Amino acid sequence: MDRLTIAGREFSSRLMVGTGKFSSNAAMQAAIEASGSEIVTVALRRVDIENLQDDMLAHIDREKYLLLPNTSGARDADEAVRLARLARAAGCEPWVKLEVTPDPYYLLPDPIETLKAAEILVKDGFTVLPYINADPVLAKHLQEAGTATVMPLGAPIGTNKGVRTRDQIGIIIEQALVPVVVDAGLGAPSHAAEAMEMGADAVLVNTALAVARDPAAMSIAFRKGVEAGREAFLAGLGSEKIKAEASSPLTGFLRDE
Amino acid sequence: MQITLNGHCKEVTDNTTVAELLTSLGLDPTRVAIELNQQVISRERFGDTLINAGDSIEIVQFVGGG
Amino acid sequence: MSFIDVIRQYDPQDVRQRIENATGDDVNRALATEHPGPQELMALLSPAAEEKIETLANRANQTTLRRFGRTILLYAPLYLSNVCQNGCVYCGFSAENSVPRKTLTDDEILADAKNLHDQGFRHILLLTGEAKGEIGVDFLENAIRLVRPWFSSIGLEVFPMAADDYRRLIDAGVDTLTIYQETYDEGLYAELHPYGQKRDYAWRLATPERGGEAGLRRIGIGALLGLGDFRLEGFFTGLHALYLAKRFWRSQITVSFPRLRPADGGFQPLHLVSDRNLVQLICTLRLIIPDAGLVLSTRESAQLRDNLLPLGITQMSAGSCTAPGGYASGERHTEQFAIDDDRSPADFAAMLRDKGYDPVWKDWDGLFLSKEAEQAGTGR
Repeated sequence: MDRLTIAGREFSSRLMVGTGKFSSNAAMQAAIEASGSEIVTVALRRVDIENLQDDMLAHIDREKYLLLPNTSGARDADEAVRLARLARAAGCEPWVKLEVTPDPYYLLPDPIETLKAAEILVKDGFTVLPYINADPVLAKHLQEAGTATVMPLGAPIGTNKGVRTRDQIGIIIEQALVPVVVDAGLGAPSHAAEAMEMGADAVLVNTALAVARDPAAMSIAFRKGVEAGREAFLAGLGSEKIKAEASSPLTGFLRDE
Repeated sequence: MQITLNGHCKEVTDNTTVAELLTSLGLDPTRVAIELNQQVISRERFGDTLINAGDSIEIVQFVGGG
Repeated sequence: MSFIDVIRQYDPQDVRQRIENATGDDVNRALATEHPGPQELMALLSPAAEEKIETLANRANQTTLRRFGRTILLYAPLYLSNVCQNGCVYCGFSAENSVPRKTLTDDEILADAKNLHDQGFRHILLLTGEAKGEIGVDFLENAIRLVRPWFSSIGLEVFPMAADDYRRLIDAGVDTLTIYQETYDEGLYAELHPYGQKRDYAWRLATPERGGEAGLRRIGIGALLGLGDFRLEGFFTGLHALYLAKRFWRSQITVSFPRLRPADGGFQPLHLVSDRNLVQLICTLRLIIPDAGLVLSTRESAQLRDNLLPLGITQMSAGSCTAPGGYASGERHTEQFAIDDDRSPADFAAMLRDKGYDPVWKDWDGLFLSKEAEQAGTGR
């Protein structure tokens, strides 16, 4: 059985889903159920004292899904560490999707602060899954710091543009010792399939599900895309035709043998 | 006495515990996390943690996110 | 995870089967893969790939040109001692053999170092046997400090050490570690190393990792070709190189292709590795790790070395002598093995230029980063 292992824990689904931007908790719940996912990301925000919200956690079966709190909103390492510790205090397992995004326009991750926060959180006993730009050297630094995965972006969050960082992600997949989860920018099941065909270990999808006309149906489509991509990767993709060499200028000397 | 709650000024009675504050706000203590003066307070300590004048309290909860 | 944990995930029988069963389509796929891994390694080492050796050679040639251009880094081995307590059954220095034993004095080390320097070498590889008490870290540290002024890069091909020992020797001036596993077949390894420190397969296997942790810039591995089945040895060598390249990403990984030569003691290779096999192995390693340094010594004939030039080799020795003190004295009867290509370094460099290659005597100088250089700089 082809399973995904992160920090010693096994998962059968390679699709992680986010819970942001859904039109309702009911739509979110339906999308999670349909995705077959086992890892669900959530964020932490200040409670609006004047205007208490429906509790979204009531819609997520904690027995079935590993709740993966993110540190979204953090602009530097200190804020990210605070958010991670708060999430743990709120009853989550010590797993965290580390995001440090000081840039408010594209929400691009800050490599320097992310590495700093990762070092602190790993020492603090967290299983850290850092969201990063598709930078192979940063991925190596994080891996050395002890992160459980790396999560390079395919394109900026919410853009639905697909795997625009393809070449860099290819290098990360080739070189990483930890699972590679392609996160952000995947707008269509074909994008998820592409990432998986390249050998990514998993993908994380949120916006594409949340903004679909029918989020639950789109979740199923993504689940199939991820499965198809993974199966194609394992099956060994066919390649562009290799040109056969007519003469033997390089190995002709072997004929004498 | 006055405290800062989620960035806003708030009046609370003396000798209020964190747990009592949550109850007065109508919040389920199992669904939130609390920072008191930037220190995380574990849930087990909500009942015996007293709030002092001038304290800064952050109450956070989970919301949707990717 | 250490490499021993990686290698134990592979059953050699199963690997052998998968290599034997690889099809032409498997080979084509492997040739076209942008980021080849263990799967592709098996396909490229297969009998099926042997049929496509010219295509394989072409790919390897193009990849090498892209990454290295037409350059060959030249280095020379300097044997410091042939005293050895190990009984490696294939080796001329084995304790079983009654060859005269010699350990160079400081003067003799300097004489050989100067001789090599004057021939143009700036990259040197220091070699010894393994002899506890006689040849230790202190001996090496002294030798390194002696030869350091003459060379820009100093490598070691000696007994396995602890990471702290490597750190000490890095401080003394070493930047390169070469350590062959000899054979990755654990059972065969036990047979071939009947006694001595070297019996410990796992300790030897983890040596490149200790060197990597210590921060060596170049880490060289290899299997002694002729001991085990070359396809299996090639697979595990490639797997080892892939592992090291991932974990020690700041270091350059090099792979050597030492084919067994007649040695004193009369050991005959257990498996013949043909020139064709050697070509397949070199080309495969090039495709698996495009940036690896691939090393070929004077064990091979001049003709073969010239033919192998375009296929992926990037480092070669020249004018080598495998007897301690042999460069300065001309004395060769204590040699580890007989070399084949006996052209002088100057002739070899001329041949390289003739073929359009640039002989590189120096591609790295650690000195400007060293503490001495720093002090010299601040003192100015």
